[in-house]
Order: sequence, then structure tokens, then C-alpha cells
Amino acid sequence: MKKVKADPKGVLTGSHYLDGDYALAEGALAAGCRFFAGYPITPSTETAERFSERIPSVGGVFIQMEDELASISALIGAVWGGKKVMTVTSGPGFSLMMENIGLACMMETPLVIANVQRGGPSTGLPTLTGQQDMMQARWGSHGDYEIIALSPDSPQECFDLTIEAFNLSETFRVPTFVMTDECVGHMHEKVVIPPADKIELVERKWYKGPKDKYLPYKLDKDQIPFMIKAGDDYRFHTTGLTHDERGYPVINAECQDVCVRHLVDKITTNADKIIRTEEEEIDTAEIIVISYGITSRVTTKAVQQARKAGIKVGTIRLITVWPFPEKRIKELAKKVKAFVVPEINYGQIVLEVERCAGGQAPAILVPHCGGGVHDPDDIFSAIKEAAK
Amino acid sequence: MKEEDHIEEKNPIETLLRMDRIPHIWCPGCGIGIVVTSFAEALRKSEIDLDKVAVVSGIGCTGRVAGYIKLDSFHTTHGRAVPFATGLKLANPELKVIVFSGDGDIAGIGGNHFIHAARRNMDIMVICVNNFNYAMTGGQVAATTPTGANASTAPYGNFEYPFSLPYLAEASGATYVARWTALHLRRVTKSIQEALTKRGFSFIEVITPCVTLYARRNRLGDGLNLLKYYYEKSEIQHGADTRTLDISYQGKLIVGKFVDKEKPTFLDCMNEHLAKKLGDKYQPYGVNNG
Repeated sequence: MKKVKADPKGVLTGSHYLDGDYALAEGALAAGCRFFAGYPITPSTETAERFSERIPSVGGVFIQMEDELASISALIGAVWGGKKVMTVTSGPGFSLMMENIGLACMMETPLVIANVQRGGPSTGLPTLTGQQDMMQARWGSHGDYEIIALSPDSPQECFDLTIEAFNLSETFRVPTFVMTDECVGHMHEKVVIPPADKIELVERKWYKGPKDKYLPYKLDKDQIPFMIKAGDDYRFHTTGLTHDERGYPVINAECQDVCVRHLVDKITTNADKIIRTEEEEIDTAEIIVISYGITSRVTTKAVQQARKAGIKVGTIRLITVWPFPEKRIKELAKKVKAFVVPEINYGQIVLEVERCAGGQAPAILVPHCGGGVHDPDDIFSAIKEAAK
Repeated sequence: MKEEDHIEEKNPIETLLRMDRIPHIWCPGCGIGIVVTSFAEALRKSEIDLDKVAVVSGIGCTGRVAGYIKLDSFHTTHGRAVPFATGLKLANPELKVIVFSGDGDIAGIGGNHFIHAARRNMDIMVICVNNFNYAMTGGQVAATTPTGANASTAPYGNFEYPFSLPYLAEASGATYVARWTALHLRRVTKSIQEALTKRGFSFIEVITPCVTLYARRNRLGDGLNLLKYYYEKSEIQHGADTRTLDISYQGKLIVGKFVDKEKPTFLDCMNEHLAKKLGDKYQPYGVNNG
């Protein structure tokens, strides 16, 4: 992957007091995003507002589309027109985007979607927090595919992880999600934006070979095909149908096997390179609390209480949620007494922990249906119970 | 015959088709191929830089057009060709972006996108092949099925009112609107040529027989019969008021060029407005490219 420095035009270097939503927009601009198509939805709208205010003096396009179906479709079109692109949404809009998230996966189109999660289902709790779209992020569109999802726990991370999301998305030519939530989105904190020459970006994997030899879906050594953009004399074709390396539809089981296997393998075989977690006091832990996003900040208090009570607790914060750190959880399941998984939903990531633990250690859910964060005492109680 | 005597005659539009994908999937007697021919012919005559032309299709029989045109071509999802084209155009304003899709795609599932792209005067061309039904899935009733016509999901006849697409396009803001039948080969070609030179949202509807489903279910004869029938039933009325263009079952078809006007495009408006508001701070974008 070719690395380049950020274009200073989009980088608002300095120390700022920003909310998570604004930090998402600044992260996108720093990452070289010059096209944003969106539709207003609480609690994510501020990101679109920020981008629409900033982009005219940076150089690029903001367009408010007629709905989220249109937003994501325009994003995919804009990528094939040569731009780096992003949109932001929340639950109901994320649901509408699912169809074309599948198209982006199938066409191997790099793009970034931030989901500032709120309580669902349906219209649910527009103004209050939730972490209920975590499984939807992984499985929401039909068919088999893999995506990447990151989960920031602060406005600073909204900035940092948006840049990382762009880099991962370009590296693997896959839609990448920044799965934040209303709390982080509306939380104001210090956000430090480094100088442009300190921000490293992954350049799109442009094809540079002879034009008549170009095949849109021919895999390179790293499994990732080269990209081009429309208007450069390649006269290429791409489709949402199952296709061969020419991008031509081939409707049979053999081609489907190659096509789909690739969409899955390019992420699963690179999972170690993608996954980032933050671990604390794991080596001596009897109980491990696994959390992500805003919940990891609430967890800190509960873990302090537990340690004071003499319980050996370790923590894992999932910075990457998808692909899931399967290997690490499998390994730890042999050593620990239990995993405790607090999340603002009725049990999503806990299922993945349970699957990976494979019966060697229980995965105990601390649920919260949304609308607020956990009471740290509830997490503490679950840790105490697990340690018995 | 000796091998050197063998002269391979090529159709001049072959260079614009993905010949490695021919034969196509359309039924004998279907009109889509004729519209593709008109399109290719228009491109050939227009002498525009073909490297800067992109075709976007949605889903359905006409949705397959993108797969046969040898230009940068995108076969997207059902109804989403127009917003995809919007993104493509805005990302690379020097492109001429043409949406080539069917009535179900453009006016049914994609209706909302269609009216908004027209409202914004997005600089794209939409060619809509209207065969009065959802053909790829077996001839279901559509937003364009004339009242009274049979369809597989209207087995007792369609009792809904259909859309008049030119009226919809004009009312939404399109700057070029025309309607022809597939047999108006040269007129379709000319309309596409005109639209290729225009900046703004242009819309061309082409009425086309669906032999296998619509014609058979309504006992309207074979493809050639129906092509001729549509042709004979049409009355050219350039500049006709688009409010008068309703299509009734097997009734008169008013065809022609109804709208041809100039209006600043989305990017024109964006550049002009933001430059006025922000002065030197504004970074003009894709100026003079629609």
C-alpha cells in the first residue's frame, strides 16, 4: 500500500473543543474525503452540517440527498468517479443503506459510513444513545460478505478512527463503518488535530499497467484488485451481479464460489492486520470485561470498584469490532473464569464472545436497552457474580 | 472460399458494444436492442469524447444495457441508477453520464430519485425504456401500465392510474424532455444527440414492446406487430403541453420533443452561489462541466 501525507487543505491542525460528530467530519476532511452525500438524521446530523460548512473552502462537494438510499448510491458513484467519500447516519438511515452496502461490497468500493447509534428498533429513541446496530453492521445486507467496523469511545477517537477507517477501506476496498453512538457523538472534549504531514494516508490502489490489460476484478498478490476511475479510457464494466475478473456477470455456482469467497477471505485472512484492541491487566485476570464505545468508559469505574474489592479483572476494549478478535478470545477463554460483556443492547457482541469462548468460559451479558449508559454498579455486580 | 477472400463485415456500432457479451439476453421482438442501436448511433454521430461518457443502469431488462455498452458502465441496484449517476457526475464533472434503464427502475422504485435529480437540474441524461410492465420478473403491473391492461399481478386488469413520464419530468424540473416509440429510430437518435450536447437534466422516454409478457398477456400480437402499432398510433406534437400526454390502453401516443430549455445546473448553482457568499475563500468545483 502506498502511503501519502494528508493534504493540508483539509486538516484543521490545532487543539479544539469538539463533539464527536464534528470530529467525524474533521477526520474525514483530514483523510482526504472530498465528497459527502447525506440525509439528516438525529443524532448524526451535526457531522453533515460541519462538512457542508467546511467543504466549500477545502474544495469538494456536499450534497444533501433525498434519502439514505440515494446517499449511499451517490457515494458509490462518486468513488468510481475518483473521490474519497463518506456519509453519516443513525439506525433508521443505516437500515435504508443496507441494500447498497451490499453493492459497495460486491463492487469492492472503498467508502466510509459513520453510524451515530441511537436506541431502536424503528424510530425508537432519536435523541438517546444505543449500541444496537452492531450486528446489523456485520450482517445487515443480504448475502455473504465481510466489512470492517471500528468503535470510537471519545471525540478524539472519532477523529482518529475516521482516518483509520478511510485507510482500511482503501487498503481492502471494502465499506468501513465508524460505529459510534449518541453519547460519544454529542460529547464535547479536547480533540487534537496533528499537522498534515503527521497524518499518513493509504492511497487508493490505482492501476498503472497497460490499459488494454486491465481487468477490474483480477486479484493482485495481496488479494486486492487494482482500481481505476471512470473517464480514463478503460471502458470497464462493474455490476452488482456475481462476476468474473472482467467484471462481467456470470450466473453460476462456480463463479459465485470464487466471487463470494474472495469478498470474505480478503478480510478474514487479513484480520490480524486489521484488528486493534486495548487490553489492560489481562495476564493476571480471572474475569475479563469486554466493551466498546461509550460503554468502555463506564466500564472503567466498575472495574476500579471490582479491583478495590480484590477481584482480578482485566479489560479488553474493542477498537475494531468487525472483524472480531476471534483468536484472542479463544486463547483467553482457556485461562479465565468468565467474560463480562456490558453493551447498550439486549445482547449482540456477547454472542460473538460466547461463540469464540466455545463453552470454555461463560460470556455474561450486562444488557441495557438504550436511552442511557449503564450504571457502573450493574457492571460491578455482574463482575462480582462472575467471580464467585 | 479461400480464407483471404473472406471479408468480415463489421457493423459500425460494434466498437461501442461489448461483442464478447453478445448474444444479449433480450427476447426476439423486444425493442430494447433498437434503442441501444439508436444510442450507439447517436454517440457515433455526436463526435463527443467517448472516454468521457459513462452509462449507468439499474435492474431489469433495460438494466442490462450497461453490460453491453463498451464504455465505462455500471450495473447498479434497482432504482438507484439515478443517485449513483449523480455521485459519479459530481465526482468527475467532465463526464457525460447517461442513465439507461426501464420504467420500473426509473419511475417505480426509483421515482423519488428521478424527481429530485430533475429538481436539482443534475447534468445527466436519463433514457427510459417504457414497456408498460416489469418484464424481467415476469410481467407484473407497473407505475406505467395503462389502466385496463392485464399484468401478472393485475390478472383482472390494471385499475390504477399510470404516470405520464414526460409530465413528471417537466414538472420536476427537467430541461429536455422527449418521447418516442422504438420504431422512431432516427428521431430517438436525434433526441439523444441533442441531449448529449445539452447541460442539465434531460429525459427521453422510448415506448417499447414487451413481446413475451405484456403483448402476450394482452393478446397484442408479435413484436413487429406491436412496434408498428405503437408507431402508427403515435402522433408527433413537438412542444405539446406535457399535461396532455397521458397514455391510455392501446390509445393514441403523443410523441415528440416537449421541453428544450436552458437553466443553470446543480454545479452552476453551487459554484455561483458559494462564490457569491464566500468570496475568495471558496474553491470553485468542476466549473463549466455541468
